Formats: sequence, structure tokens, C-alpha cells
Amino acid sequence: MNATYTAQEIMTIAAARALTDEDVCFVGIGLPSAACNLARLTHAPRLRLIYESGTIETRPDVLPLSIGDGELHETALTTVSVPEIFSYWLQGGRIGVGFLGGAQVDRFGNLNSTVIGPYAKPSVRLPGGGGAPEIATGCRRIYIIMTQTPRTFVERVDFITSLGHGPTGRERRALGLGSEGPALIVTDLCMMRPDPESKEFEVVSVHPGVSAETVRERTGWPVRFVPQVDETPAPRASELEALRDLQARTARAHQRTP
Amino acid sequence: MLRLDEAIARYVHPGDRVALEGFTHLIPFAAGHEIIRQGIDGLTLIRMTPDLLYDQMIGAGCARKLIFSWGGNPGVGSLPRLRDAIEHGWPVPLEIEEHSHSAMAHAYAAGAAGLPCAVFRGYLGSDLPSVNPNIRQIVCPFTGEALAAVPALRPDVTIIHAQQADRDGNVLIDGIVGVQKEAALAAARAIVTVEEVVDRFPPHGRSAVVLPAWTLTAVVQAPGGARPSYAHGYYGRDNAFYAAWESIAKDRGTFQAWMQEHLGL
Repeated sequence: MNATYTAQEIMTIAAARALTDEDVCFVGIGLPSAACNLARLTHAPRLRLIYESGTIETRPDVLPLSIGDGELHETALTTVSVPEIFSYWLQGGRIGVGFLGGAQVDRFGNLNSTVIGPYAKPSVRLPGGGGAPEIATGCRRIYIIMTQTPRTFVERVDFITSLGHGPTGRERRALGLGSEGPALIVTDLCMMRPDPESKEFEVVSVHPGVSAETVRERTGWPVRFVPQVDETPAPRASELEALRDLQARTARAHQRTP
Repeated sequence: MLRLDEAIARYVHPGDRVALEGFTHLIPFAAGHEIIRQGIDGLTLIRMTPDLLYDQMIGAGCARKLIFSWGGNPGVGSLPRLRDAIEHGWPVPLEIEEHSHSAMAHAYAAGAAGLPCAVFRGYLGSDLPSVNPNIRQIVCPFTGEALAAVPALRPDVTIIHAQQADRDGNVLIDGIVGVQKEAALAAARAIVTVEEVVDRFPPHGRSAVVLPAWTLTAVVQAPGGARPSYAHGYYGRDNAFYAAWESIAKDRGTFQAWMQEHLGL
């Protein structure tokens, strides 16, 4: 076991730690999927994972490359149709945590996965919202995991695909939303939580060896730090081992030809 | 039961609203390729997750409009032909109507239910309603809650792929069932390609969906018809091909050469 770890590894591990055995979690593909399955394989074996492909309480042995891969169904308690997962389960208020990523996030946790630049003439056309617009409002709480750069952590997202706390931090209440919205952002540098009043995300914890200066440089708005910033606990050997095993299994599985 | 070329020629017409559905699983590639081979164009393509098949159909010039909720190569990257069509109008300009998954799932269910629109709790605080005039608001007459409304999806023809049909033309889908049942029942005409025709269906699995023969227009035997996507119980997903697609499709010339070689155009 290597005692050192990558920025990507501590990001995934720190995000996994946010989940508990009591959570029912709607999982996005990519980084959220890695974090959620790591939590299940380490401290939260009873964590219930739901993917938008309709798989409920799935326990995949390898990470799916895509949202609808077979291992999600084969290891699920049950699989329902896509209309059902969005109607009864998400809209029905059954899901506590939504775990999302995106191409851009702002200080109020609003997410863009639609376009960079103007909608009609984008400089980059992104895949689009998928399940995220309703996950962001239908789950009781949202966690966000994203690599932190000035281009991804922006003053103002080019397009609000999925509502965070809104352009001024007050829009959720104005819309009458009962759900909490984004409660945590985990990056390769730090962890942020929203100020209870203003809903602006502030750095609450910095990963070991990362300076506040680096966090500032890689944030596109004048980011604030809480008065007592913690250091994120370094990955434990058991966490690193579980994550690396999972990723090695996943890489082997995806190389196999069918 | 018909041959694939007969079913496509008979039931898919230029300018139709066409949905080829399948949620990563059971994507009807063989049927889409037959549409390309027959040069059917002017289509409004409908699909929650346009992936490689729609990238191929758009790059081949079949589509003039796309109704979708997530357009990418799932877990891998982007769709070069879709982007080229949106950004540069190549090979023909492509109009887009963009939704969320929840909206399209509800819209297919409304189509299957014979309703004019779908009402659901959606798009709150999102900018999508500002760029899509087909996303509107409706007020619940009982509670006063503002809800999203989108038109029901009612394709002229829906095409899906399934594992099995029996001799009577009933169809069974197992595994991740996506939105195929709703898309088939919402359509004026439904074509199903299947891996295999069997005398009798196996005992139902965890999520088996059965579409009775009388709800379908045509059933076509097309073994391997979902490749390079997968058919649960028959073959796995060709992840290597999905990973290779970006390099095949990012250039118009390499894309056309690949299509000529593999689709016999």
C-alpha cells in the first residue's frame, strides 16, 4: 500500500465520508458514483444507492461506465422503469441525498451542465441536464463533487441547469421549495459548506498540503473561509485500499470485450 | 413478423417524428442503421439520451430536429456529429428541443396515457424553460402549486429492441427497461426488433416488461440488433467501441469512411 495519494483520491474519499448508513442516495455517474460506492464498501455498507436508470438499492461490484450498465441491474434489489424512478421515487420525495457533478458551479451551488457561453451560440455544448434539474430540487439535500479550477468554480454559471440556492442565494425559498438544496461541495482541494444565512459556499476544510492561496487561485469568485478552517483528515490505508481495488476491478471489467 | 428492411420501408417515412429508445441497454442500432441505409430524412428524432446511434443518424443527415434530455457518449465523452450539426449545420441544420429526463419520462407516459400534456414537479429555478417554449407552467386547481407542463410525446413511430418475442409476436424486455414501454405505447406505430423468437417466455425476472402483440405494428427478428449496446442475458456492452467513437466521429471524413465501411453505404 502506497502511503501517498492523489488529489483525485482524497476528493473521492472525502466525498464518500459525507454519506451514512441511513442515507438513500440518487447517484450521478462519474465522480459521484465512485464516491457513493466507496462509502458503501467502507463505512456505510447499508447505504442505499439509486441510479436514474431505475436500479434501486444496487450494489455493483465494479463502477458502471454508463448510467444503464448491466451490473447496476444485476446487483439491484429491484429495477423499475425510468418514468417510475422519476415519478414515484424522486418526485415522490423518497430520496434524501442527490449526489451531483457538473461543468460549472457558482458560490450558491447552482450547477451548469448545458452550455458554456450563450445558449444559442455556445463555445462548448455540454451533454445537458439529464436527471439533474429535478434531482437538485426533488432530493432533500444535495452534495456536489467537482474538480476545482477557475473555469469550473465561476462567479456566475453561464446557464442554470440545476438550481442550487439561486443567483442571489434566496431563490429556493422564493420558489417555495421545502428541500434543503446544496449542503456540501467536495473538490480536489477542499470542502465547502453554505453559510446558513447567505447560502454562499465557504471553505470549511482544506485537504492536507493544500494552501489557502491555492484554493483562492482556483476559485473564480473571492472565496471566503470560515473562521476555523479544518484540515481534511488524510485518507486512511483502508479507504485507499478499497478505492484502488474498486478502480482496478472497474478498469479490468471495462477492458473486457463482450 | 417482417424483415427489418421491410418494416423500416413500410412504417418509417421522411419527416416522421421517430423515437428509438433504450436506456444504455437495448438500443436499437440495427433499426437505426437501416433508416440510414434507406436514406430516410427530415426526421424529428426523439430520445432521452441520444448517444452513438443518434450521432450516426444525425451525421448521416437523417434528422432535422432532435428532442432530447442528455446528449453525450455516456461515461466517455461527447457526440461529435451532434455538436457539428448544432454548431455548423453539417450535414444539415439541426433544431434542438431540450428537456430534462424527468420531463421526457413524464411526456412519454402522458403519450401512452392518451393525455395532451404531462404535469410534474420540475424545472424549478432552471434556465431550461427560458430556452424551450414547450416548457410551461400550470397551476394545480386544488392546491395552487405551480407545476411544470410539457406536451405529451406522441411519436409517429417508436422503435425499440427487446430480448424475445413469442410466436404470436408478444414481446418481452428484461433488465434495465428504461422508457421503452411508454415510448412504444405512446406511438402511432411501434416496431420491435428482437434477439430471438421463442416458443414460450421464461419465468419473469425482476423487471420483465411484456408488450402484447396487439399493441405493436411489427416485430422483427434481429439478433445482435442492439450491438454495440447490450442485451441483458445475450451479450455485453462493447465499451471499447464507445471509447473509440470520439476518434472515429470527430472528423467528418473519418466518420464518413467508417459509415461507408460498416454500414455499406
